[in-house]
Amino acid sequence: MKNPLDSLWGTVISGLVLTVVLYFLARSMMGA
Amino acid sequence: MSMEFIQYGLGRWVHIMAGVMWIGLLYYFNFVQVDALKKAAADNPPTGAGITKHVAPRALFFFRWAAVVTVLMGAMMLGDKIGLALLFRERAYIPIGIGAWLGLIMLFNVWVLIWPNQKKILGFTPATDEEKNKARRVAFLASRTNTMLSMPMLFFMVASGGIFRRAIFGG
Repeated sequence: MKNPLDSLWGTVISGLVLTVVLYFLARSMMGA
Repeated sequence: MSMEFIQYGLGRWVHIMAGVMWIGLLYYFNFVQVDALKKAAADNPPTGAGITKHVAPRALFFFRWAAVVTVLMGAMMLGDKIGLALLFRERAYIPIGIGAWLGLIMLFNVWVLIWPNQKKILGFTPATDEEKNKARRVAFLASRTNTMLSMPMLFFMVASGGIFRRAIFGG
């Protein structure tokens, strides 16, 4: 499998996905 | 001038200015320079020498020191709440705690992975061609990792205070 960080768009999409994952993690940690 | 003015007023101002410089240069490297150098290397004769000699070292200087100033000012603003934030000990400090951890990982990448390898690539420290190729890959991936991490880092920075935190994460 190709490393998504090799492409600029792969990097941006990975950043967006990570943001969404961490957002829901933060919400659950905050009991929201 | 009160300590509160220095900690929150000047601290936040300098934190954001240094942060703009740090992430601005990170985006310059990733969105502009990497591709430009690739194209310059394909020119006949190659035309990237000026960027490597004059632009990259100057950009890297402001990049790595802006990272230090950004993190120091962030730590100063957190003050005695830094433990609550980094250990996620209080609900209100969870978003800034996540943002702070992302920023710390990025600072580590700058000083431990990007800068020492860039020194080899740019010829500031001696390295064989094989070592330079390896350094290029490590520095590139660390820089791309920081670009990826900058997105949630900035989200949690702007989502961490007052009305923004309440709007995004609820009361």
